[in-house]
Amino acid sequence: MKFVDEFRDGDLARRLCSEIDRLSRGQSLKIMEICGGHTHTIYKHGIEDVLPPNIDMVHGPGCPVCVLPMGRIDDAIAIARQPGVIFVTFGDMMRVPGSKSSLLDARAEGADVRFVYSPLDALKIAHQNPDKQVVFFAIGFETTAPSTAVTLLRAQAEKIKNFSVFCNHVLVIPAIQAILDSPDMRLDGFLGPGHVCMVIGMRPFAFVARDYRKPVVLSGFEPLDIIQSVYMTVKQLDEGRREVENQYARVVRPEGNLKALEAMEKTMEGRPFFEWRGLGFISHSALKLRPEFAEWDAEKRFEVPGIRVADPPACQCGEVLKGAIKPWECKVFGTACTPETPIGTCMVSSEGACAAYFNYGRFSLAAQRNRLPVIDLTAPTGANLKDS
Amino acid sequence: MCLGIPGQIIEFVDDQNNLARVEVSGVKRNVNVSLLRGEIGPGDWVLIHVGFAMSKLDEREAQETLKLLYEMGRAYQDELLMLEKSQLE
Repeated sequence: MKFVDEFRDGDLARRLCSEIDRLSRGQSLKIMEICGGHTHTIYKHGIEDVLPPNIDMVHGPGCPVCVLPMGRIDDAIAIARQPGVIFVTFGDMMRVPGSKSSLLDARAEGADVRFVYSPLDALKIAHQNPDKQVVFFAIGFETTAPSTAVTLLRAQAEKIKNFSVFCNHVLVIPAIQAILDSPDMRLDGFLGPGHVCMVIGMRPFAFVARDYRKPVVLSGFEPLDIIQSVYMTVKQLDEGRREVENQYARVVRPEGNLKALEAMEKTMEGRPFFEWRGLGFISHSALKLRPEFAEWDAEKRFEVPGIRVADPPACQCGEVLKGAIKPWECKVFGTACTPETPIGTCMVSSEGACAAYFNYGRFSLAAQRNRLPVIDLTAPTGANLKDS
Repeated sequence: MCLGIPGQIIEFVDDQNNLARVEVSGVKRNVNVSLLRGEIGPGDWVLIHVGFAMSKLDEREAQETLKLLYEMGRAYQDELLMLEKSQLE
């Protein structure tokens, strides 16, 4: 595929890492990659193993599946169980556990739950099933919200009456602000979510550099993109600069995609507050449909329980999502909680830090734990041996 | 969820619904191009997310990034070669 091979040059990666090593001069630096897509690349390609050990990649809350609180999953299941409803979702959401069951369980019990690639597929299902109510489970950050918006505009233009959207779109900027304001957080810089930036542009990140004095590098998703972005972050720190830089210029325009923002503006508005798993309630951090689109708003069309549900006590997804602990430090990681039987959302989505670590990282960690030390300090010394 | 894949526009197939046929690694599919209307044409590369072309992939920028990366690699390599030649006493 175009540009993919070039952005995976191993020799180049190692040389870049030497530069990072030189510029960081052994200082312990914590850099948060906000986006789950970056977390996935980091684990899949073992980037943590090639970066100097003083560079600590902290995984942020940028996986829309992972940050959705359990209560919203329960609401989705309640809609899916209504008679005459076809509930349509992205595949990642099927196995996410609600307080009692998942959408997959609801389907096994007779609900018509289908998964699709695009919201436009959901609209097509509505066309094909005029006697059913088709509800699309809209999740995702600013990357995905425009596609829901365009689908809504088309539903409006075509006067489709049996289609609605259960809107759970969330916004990345308020989440970054919440992390920056969190007292237990010590971060030295951020890798910005490339595909969110492709929609919203560079300007919304300016406050991070200006007010919080942290470098932000908007980053692509290939291994070399991430390593180069770490290099650019470390270089800013070394030179005393605090800026928003664009490593992903082949995709991200400084102004973003204005047509996408316009479609969002026409169809959606901010919610006063929204609950995030791990981060709690964050004001103005999510989107709902505008009153003009009430006809296509599933929250207006269907009764939803809307009950807040606490996470299971064993689950530490919240701490993982804030970057406070690493996936393998969770009590149930890899034992009670696996991709086959997930307890928390971070183990369900392929972009969740736990699933990414479970799928790509655990064996090297196991090897590390069992690794024979170079100098075994517990072994008897030569002198002792001679004496005995 | 936030994955994007590069694809090449083959042709526009439905102007009213803003659909274009794209090729992604040999697979041909229709995607919605309304968010890049007027900015792209056949032969252009775009980034596709959940059935929508979201951004025109800028080939010049991609080459620039690669050039920068390779040059940085070379500069460091040259530095190492110089160091190897150095005979400080």
